[in-house]
Amino acid sequence: MHEWALAEAVVETVLKEAGKENLKEIVRVKVMVGELQQIELDVFNFAMENILQQGGGALSMEKISLEVDKCVLRCKVCGEDWYYSDSLQDLSEEDSEAIHFVPEVAHVYVRCPRCGSPDFEITSGRGVWIDYIEGEK
Amino acid sequence: MMDPRLNVINKRFQNVKKIIAVSGGKGGIGKSQTAASLALCLAKHNYRTGLLDLDFCGPSTHVILGVEGIYPEEEKGIVPPKFNGISFMSITYYTGNNPSPLRGSEISNAIIEILAITRWEDLDFLIIDMPPGTGDPVLDVIRLIKRVEFLLVTTPSRVAQEVLKRELKVLNELGITVIGILENMKTKKGSQVASELLNLDVPFLGSIDFDYDLEDALGSPAKLLQTDFAAQLDQIISQKCL
Repeated sequence: MHEWALAEAVVETVLKEAGKENLKEIVRVKVMVGELQQIELDVFNFAMENILQQGGGALSMEKISLEVDKCVLRCKVCGEDWYYSDSLQDLSEEDSEAIHFVPEVAHVYVRCPRCGSPDFEITSGRGVWIDYIEGEK
Repeated sequence: MMDPRLNVINKRFQNVKKIIAVSGGKGGIGKSQTAASLALCLAKHNYRTGLLDLDFCGPSTHVILGVEGIYPEEEKGIVPPKFNGISFMSITYYTGNNPSPLRGSEISNAIIEILAITRWEDLDFLIIDMPPGTGDPVLDVIRLIKRVEFLLVTTPSRVAQEVLKRELKVLNELGITVIGILENMKTKKGSQVASELLNLDVPFLGSIDFDYDLEDALGSPAKLLQTDFAAQLDQIISQKCL
């Protein structure tokens, strides 16, 4: 469960940031999940729930909302923008799984649909990040 | 926008006693050979040893050691598989034999990802094979792995030494511990590196002769350990690093 490591990172970061800001209560946390990483949301939620049960402090599952960020790629050679989801059909299960673990590996398996270059930018939808933490002091 | 991965990286190394990055600035001076052989020597001495190949654009420790057919396990992250007693982690598990054309920021992101999701078991030593240069990977390793120490490799070539001095300046400026400098591929008597480094405040660990038979041992840990290269390296680290 690679999702577990990311869930652990999210929980630790929220608690650390809430501590830094002296928040007595955490009201809402928005977690963004980039489409490129193909996180299994059920597994990710399950992991967060388990980690929180072991000591989530002021944080509980109902305060966390997850949103998937669509992955857009932009070719640095010809400027083409395209959705990663359009490239998925050309990828094998193994290629896709490799990208799941290390998203930058997309450069190994994905090519620009217009010019065929591996030199593209991930303009959105990469990784897992915390968009905001709302709380009361 | 917060990157949660940064908060767990040091936790991932909490069971690792000593972290050594093998670096040296210039390409082709034997960093990967040194890192892989160092890991083999430490494992031979029964130290619990890990090897992390951070040269994402030119990974080679898997070729040097002959790592094939193993893959990390998923257990609340990824657990590096063991090869010849060494916990071995490399981007090649995910790229196969394909090239990875990554730009600097992407290399940084991939390094953060690997460091955040890899769960090392209890280790006495983690050896990191660094890519050439003092760009993103070196700066990321310094930024992200608080206890890292550097072992620098160079050759008798003035070209390599000039690049080494630049890296040394960066490390000194950032207050990073440098275990010492290792001279590799020595072909003449005496040490050009030792005399060149007299004015620098850094230990000279020793010299390793150019080993013409090393190529024949690639891919076999048993043969690698029998090379003159490994014997000399083992002697140096036993006297100066253990």
